[in-house]
Formats: sequence, structure tokens, C-alpha cells
Amino acid sequence: MGEKSYRNAIRETLYQEMGRDPDIILIGEDVAGGAQSEGTKKGGEEDAWGGPMGVTKGLIGEYGKQRVLDAPISEAAFIGAAIGAAAAGLRPITELMFNDFLGVCCDQIINQAAKYHYMFGGQDTIPLTVRTTMGAGLRISAQHSQSLHSIFTHFAGLKVALPSTPYEAKGLLTTAIRDNDPVIFCEHKMLYRMREDVPDESYAIPFGEARFVMDGEDVTIVAFSRMVHVATDAAKILAKQGIKCTVIDPRTTVPLDTESIFDSVDETGRLVIVDEGGPRCGIASDISAMVADEVFHALKAPIKCVTPPYALIPAAPNLEDLYVPDAAKVVAAVLGIMDA
Amino acid sequence: MNNNQSQLLWAYSTMQTIRAFEERMHEVFTTGEVPGFVHLYAGQEACAVGVCANLTDADYFHITHRAHGPAIARGADVTAVALEIYCRAGGLCRGRGGSAHLHDVTKKIIGANSGVGSGAALACGSALATRHRGDDGIAVALIGEGGANQGVVSEALNLASVWKLPVVFVFENNGYAEATSADYAIAGGNLSARASGFAMPEDIVDGSDYFAVSASFAKAAERARAGGGPSFLEVRNLRMFGHYEGDAQKYRPPGEVADYRENKDCLKLFRDKVTSENWLDKAELDKIDKDVAKLIDAAYETARNAPLPDPEELIHSVFATEC
Repeated sequence: MGEKSYRNAIRETLYQEMGRDPDIILIGEDVAGGAQSEGTKKGGEEDAWGGPMGVTKGLIGEYGKQRVLDAPISEAAFIGAAIGAAAAGLRPITELMFNDFLGVCCDQIINQAAKYHYMFGGQDTIPLTVRTTMGAGLRISAQHSQSLHSIFTHFAGLKVALPSTPYEAKGLLTTAIRDNDPVIFCEHKMLYRMREDVPDESYAIPFGEARFVMDGEDVTIVAFSRMVHVATDAAKILAKQGIKCTVIDPRTTVPLDTESIFDSVDETGRLVIVDEGGPRCGIASDISAMVADEVFHALKAPIKCVTPPYALIPAAPNLEDLYVPDAAKVVAAVLGIMDA
Repeated sequence: MNNNQSQLLWAYSTMQTIRAFEERMHEVFTTGEVPGFVHLYAGQEACAVGVCANLTDADYFHITHRAHGPAIARGADVTAVALEIYCRAGGLCRGRGGSAHLHDVTKKIIGANSGVGSGAALACGSALATRHRGDDGIAVALIGEGGANQGVVSEALNLASVWKLPVVFVFENNGYAEATSADYAIAGGNLSARASGFAMPEDIVDGSDYFAVSASFAKAAERARAGGGPSFLEVRNLRMFGHYEGDAQKYRPPGEVADYRENKDCLKLFRDKVTSENWLDKAELDKIDKDVAKLIDAAYETARNAPLPDPEELIHSVFATEC
């Protein structure tokens, strides 16, 4: 046990799982970095980057070029290759540098990976993990900052995990890698430096089992990824005003632990969902619809969704900060339904 | 090239099976008993069969929506193919894929893919797996000249070359991408000219000539198995039917198919060659024709009378590990 960053917890998981299973390969752009042609070595440093976020640093030294493959900028080809390799018996982990780049490999993820098992009558499994980064906060504008987990969630056949802390990241990534279905593993780029105690040994957190971050009888707040911290901050502010919140981190959108959410709303009668994805056709509106459908009888007030506005993510720091939900907005949403 | 008798008999029988299967599909499709769309492979048999003549059990064969012929060429059970096209419970994919998604993991027939260029990328993955295992297997991506224009194909050609993967990309140029002529859609008119940009050898083969396809592919396969990396093969042929059944094909010049049937029919040419060289005799070939006709009758009869999938199948096995 020791304090580890989210980044290091992920790296440690990759290291341990690759050591455990020789059929795990790692594919992505600059996952080592510094790859050079054998014929024209210029003398630069190999493993210069270890991934654009430094997550995969050191893995090529341990596991070699046959298992850690730097890919040209061609997401459709290398994610397609990872799918083909998974179908052929390997257990690939591939890195889509930013989830925004789904745009250039969409067919591979939604029409190949997601459909392979079902459409071919269950003949094969696709034990593939796609690690990707999500979230705003780095002032890098509209094409590198989105939270697209709801889009992945739409496609039956994909599992979607959103670790909110270093401990969660290690346990959920272990499950993702060992799972026999394609898993989209969404790492929030503003969490890489977060630190907490993480066990050294391997452990797996099951998919579809929500984590109760706080317990309280007045309001249920459901939040994913970084928004779990925003929701928790809001719940602490509200506690000082005598309002007790349950904060639920479902951990995965597929499978989704609807039972925990329904049971909690049944007790509190109030629901606020906090999500960093856009407000339309998102996981927040999805959960809202399911709760309205299943536990309408328990509701004492309208369901509220705290999401960004229906807009794009700007680079300007003041505008980006306005875009992302914060604790004040969550507090306001909760206060708005307390009188009902 | 292996011109031993059993190989020749297999090649003829397989091409004849595909032809008869597709001619029958052309007939029955008008009755409305086959769901969805079908894309027939008649006229192109020598391509898939010439390729498969050189494959081993370790090799992966990635195919597209024009799937019936390639699947049969690689050894898929003809009845299971018919059942799948009829979307019946006993089909290759339990009736979930249909005509355009034939897939048989036991034969390494991969993903009849309606993302018509995506097989190029997936084949790179099969090749990574065979190399990882060290089992000498190769991957073949059979893609149309239309699919070749998708960006993923260019990406995959580059990736396969950079990683020196054991892949053979076989581009089957049947003249038309749906209704759009290859002359129009391929810049410069020569698809295989792209190979040199990705540092791989290319060849252009007459797709009506089984022997030419087999010989050219054998060379590319040997290179891949020896660790020499990917190759690019363009097989030129024509389809005898429309893009899909029901296609009025007004985009084709008058007489094009009739001329192809008369002068470039791969089955006729194969027959002429093996009989004139005295490799096989006519009686043997006639017997194959009769046997194939019976096989096709039985397969269609079985498919037509088989039950549709159980309603529970709709939500069954969306995931390998249910959740």
C-alpha cells in the first residue's frame, strides 16, 4: 500500500497485467515514443514519452517492442488491428489519445468492436480495452476536451468505465483488461495527478456495482468521473446547511447499476445527476428517464441534471470554467428542489 | 502452383458450387423468401478460390458484404451459408448477420464486413496475432476496388508495411462500386499504383484466370510467411449480376455482361484449360456439375424449411460476459 497518483495506478495495472498474461499487447500513438526505423536510427531516446500523458512509460523496456507497439497516426487502422488481434486470441490494450478522436475511428469502435460478438452469433469474443482520455480543464478547446462516454454507451456491445480516483482506476482497469468484451476506459485528464492510497497488489472492482461515496437521506446525487468530486464538494457544503446527500459513483455506464440508483431515490425522493457530457441525449438525461419510469412514485421533486450548456468547449480559461459543472451549480440544483 | 488432380478437382468443384449457389439465389430472390439484400459473387469465383487454394488452417480470411462466394471458397458449409442468408436459427451466425455478415471462426473466415474497407485494418490484427504466436499464419484482406478508396485502407496499408505484417491485401476490382465505375472513382485509373507508395510489391491479375490468381497470390503468401511483409494484389474481373439483387444495372454498357459470360467466364476458361491440357476429363467435370446441383438443391431446401431464430435470441449474447 502506498500513495499513488491516478497516472501511476494505471501504469502499475498495465505493468502487472502484462506480466500476468503474455497475450496482452499495447498499441497506440507514442505509447513508447521515440520509435525509429531500424535502418535510420538517429540516436534519439527510446520510450521518450511513454504515452502522451506519460502513463505507459517504462513498459517497452520491460515487455519489448513486440508487445508495446508505437502506431503511426492512423486510429482507424491500429484500433481496427487491435480488434482483429482480439478476435484472433490476443488481449490488446489500445490507446485512443483523446476520446474526441472517436471521430476518426468511429467505424472500428461502433461497427466492428461493438457488433462483432453479437452479429456473428457469439462465435468469438473481443477482449479489447480502449484506454482514452476525457474531460475539460486543460484549456485545449473543443477537439480535445469532450466527455463522450454517453456516445459509447449508446452502442450495445461496448462496456464503458469511468474511474474517478486512483484506487478506482486500478481496480476498474484490471477488470477491463480481464473482461472478454470491448471496454472503453475513460481516464479523466484532470485526475492524473490525484493521489491516494492504492494497494500494491492486483485487485479487480466489478463492473456494474456502484460506489456509495457519501450517505444521506435527503437527496441522491449521481455523478461520474471527475464530477464525483464536484458532487462530493457540493454535498459537504450542503451538509453544513443541514441537507444530507447520498453521492453515488456508478463507476460504469455499461453495465449501469440502476438498482442502487433506484433504491437510493426510493429512500431520498430527490435526484440530481451531475455529468460533464453535453445535456442532450446524455447519461444524465438517460438516468433521469429511467428513474422517472421506474421510481416515479417515490419522487418528491423534479429530477435535475447538472451538465454543461448545449455548447462547445472554448479554450479561454474563464469560458471553459463556466462550461464545466462546479460545486456551486450542484448546490444550487439541490437547493432548488429541497422545498418541493 | 499445385496442379495435382485433387487440387484441380477441388478448385473446379468450389467455383461451380459458388456459381450454382449464386445463380439459384438470383432465381429465388425474386420470390421474396430471402430477407434483406444479397450481393452475388457470380463471375468472380476464380478470385476467392484462387486465393483460398493457397491458404492453410492457420490463415485468416477477411471478407466483405459480397460474402457468399468467398465464404464457400474458404470451406464454409454450404447449407450453413444458405441458412444464414435465410436468417434461420441454424445459420453460421444464428441468423443475426445475414447475407452480408457471413463469419465462421472454425474456418477463420472473418467478419463479412459491410464497413467495406475495415477488413484491411482487422487483418493487420490477425497478422499481429499469428506473429505473436509464431504459427506461420498469414492474414488476407479481400476488399473491393470501391472499398479500397476508404481512408482506413490507406491507413492499414501503411501500418502493415511499417510493422512488416504477414498480410496480403487482395483488391478485387469488379468494375463497379455499387453503381460507380472504377474508371471514375480511382484517381489515375490504376489502383495497384498505390502499392509502391506503401513500399510493398504489387501485381495485377486477370480475375477470370484461376491459375493466374493462384500463382500470383501464392507468391505474395510465400513472401508474407517468410517475414517479408505485406503485398498488394489487384484482381480484375466483373460481376455477372447487379450490386445487389434488384439492381437494374443501367449504369453498365449494353452487352457488357453477355460479353463477359461468353469470353471471360472463369469456369468455362478453367474447363477449357484442364481438358485441353488433359489434366482432367470432361466426364469428371460433368459429374461435379451434377453433384453440385444436388448439393445446392438440398441446401436451399433445408434453409427454406428451417425455423427462424427463437425470439429470446434478440437480446441474447450482446456481451460475451453478460451484464
